[in-house]
Amino acid sequence: MESHRILKESQIMKIHYVTGIAAIFVVAVHILMRLIVPFELSLEYDYIISNYKNIFYVLILESILVLVSVHGFNGIRIILLELRQSKAWENMITVVTISAMIALIAYGTRTIILANGL
Amino acid sequence: MEEIEQPSRNNLEGLKGWLNPSRYGWERISYWFQRLTGVFLLLYFIGHVYETSTIVNGQNAWESFLELTQTVWGHLFLILVIGACTFHSANGIRLIFTHSGIGLGTPGRPDYPYSPSSLNYRQKSGIWIALILSAAAMYYGFNILFGE
Amino acid sequence: MNNTDSINEDKIVLKVYRENRGQKSGAHYDRFEVPYKKWTTVLDALLYVKSYNDPSIAIRYSCRMAMCGSCGMKINGIPRLACYTKISELETSTIECEPLSNFPIIRDLVTDFSLFFNHHKDIQPYIQSNEGVETDTEKKTFSFYQSPEDVDRYLQFSYCIKCGLCNSACPTAGTDLRFPGPQALAQLYRYYADTRDESKKRLDIVDDRHGIWRCHFAGSCSKVCPKGVDPALGIQLLRSYMLGISKDNKELAKKIEINTDKDNNSN
Ligand code: HEM
Ligand code: HEM
Ligand code: SF4
Ligand code: FES
Repeated sequence: MESHRILKESQIMKIHYVTGIAAIFVVAVHILMRLIVPFELSLEYDYIISNYKNIFYVLILESILVLVSVHGFNGIRIILLELRQSKAWENMITVVTISAMIALIAYGTRTIILANGL
Repeated sequence: MEEIEQPSRNNLEGLKGWLNPSRYGWERISYWFQRLTGVFLLLYFIGHVYETSTIVNGQNAWESFLELTQTVWGHLFLILVIGACTFHSANGIRLIFTHSGIGLGTPGRPDYPYSPSSLNYRQKSGIWIALILSAAAMYYGFNILFGE
Repeated sequence: MNNTDSINEDKIVLKVYRENRGQKSGAHYDRFEVPYKKWTTVLDALLYVKSYNDPSIAIRYSCRMAMCGSCGMKINGIPRLACYTKISELETSTIECEPLSNFPIIRDLVTDFSLFFNHHKDIQPYIQSNEGVETDTEKKTFSFYQSPEDVDRYLQFSYCIKCGLCNSACPTAGTDLRFPGPQALAQLYRYYADTRDESKKRLDIVDDRHGIWRCHFAGSCSKVCPKGVDPALGIQLLRSYMLGISKDNKELAKKIEINTDKDNNSN
């Protein structure tokens, strides 16, 4: 049944679990960045720009972006698949969630690249 | 398989079953909350990536967008995000273990009155720990955002 | 015989859902007052109503002892066996009987199990052996040896009576018609864990976008199961093999060929 799929559902779910666990660590670093300085200061323009120029932190931001997007949009795909069943709906869900995921990653990456050059 | 061409949706519990977490115990509440926090976090995440993108338009654009969360309601919203993130992560770890068959006990010979080994106290305490951690994170966030 | 109990008989109100297939507009509840004792079951009460008040109520039952799996219904909002639920244990003065959710209504409390049984068939609920099969041309029969430990691997799951309560409580089964449901998934584990079964393909049957991964361990199936099957346990154990956490190190049961030439009278 459905052998034309690129990934088996078990493989997709392994990705879901791994991205979830990996996200914990990078999001923790991200939240810590708000706490190692006074919170208000952490949201100041200059502080943030300097963050965006720190290549290690940028890599962390980019990995949050990718990990959480993959995990979150797959989560939405799961929910929508359970909601309704028909070929047209299911194909639509696959296309929409994958495009939204790529779009969000691209948009966030654009911010990171531009802010890095500011 | 003998396909039923168009299986009937008559009498399905539907969204009511998803949204009503009472009746079936803590594990059902965990299911409900994991889903709710997952969707909420995704919505926040999309908004958050949009919010941070204003920084490329200079300091003014950033600061005017930031004002959205620099209100009492904005702070309360951020506290909810922190709570949701903590619960979803902690309970997510528990779920990854259970989905791997860990911490559920082994099959045996059930005796009346049956008490299913998969719904054991380890699972329930995992859910409570996630809830307590989430409350603690929200309390901590509250002190930082509203402190002084 | 001056038992005051029999004079001041306790009574409860039985609220019964009534509907004919496809006639949602006529759906309503009928109320009946029914006397009960400590040991009266909801099925007893329904049969009392059928005998003395309204014979037209449609219910399905057979064994009256939680063995046939036909009397499943929602009692006070939760899926239960009517023959296995005592009125005195419910501790409410009104008892509401409704057809099992997630099963199409045929009439009143009787629901259609076709899809449920189809899902069960899909997981191939029978022992598959590469050579122990009896064929017409070659009457080869085998006897299998299993230790008590081998039996314990699956025994609990084999107690399933196909009553459908678990699927009725499952939130995924409540929206996803292609999801096999806790009953079928637990039976897949029952055969997978059986040392007599040699099938290598079982896990692939449910590794599908509507398959086993749509279980989120809400645990409601195990909560309502009247036989202690714990379908949620079976599902998670199965998933553990699919994730590679548990290794498939099942030792197949030893087989001894039985000679069936002498027309079965060698016992
Ligand atoms: C940080 C650590 C995280 C962990 C360990 C984690 C873990 C999990 C797990 C195990 C599931 C599957 C639940 C199930 O199948 O029942 C899940 C679902 C989900 N997660 Fe996460 N997650 C994390 C972060 C996030 C974040 C930040 C988001 C938001 C973008 C998110 C969005 C979702 C969504 C939408 C679902 C689907 C909900 C469902 O299927 O019920 N998760 N998560
Ligand atoms: C309430 C807590 C949060 C605050 C105050 C906050 C604030 C910020 C700020 C100021 C930035 C700019 C870069 C920096 O200085 O770090 C940023 C970027 C980012 N945040 Fe958060 N954040 C919070 C929570 C989260 C969570 C929970 C996630 C993930 C689920 C997240 C994901 C991201 C991502 C992916 C970026 C990079 C976006 C981009 O540059 O395109 N944040 N956040
Ligand atoms: S697993 Fe339990 S609740 Fe489900 S059909 Fe079998 S006996 Fe009924
Ligand atoms: S009548 Fe057989 S299970 Fe209730």
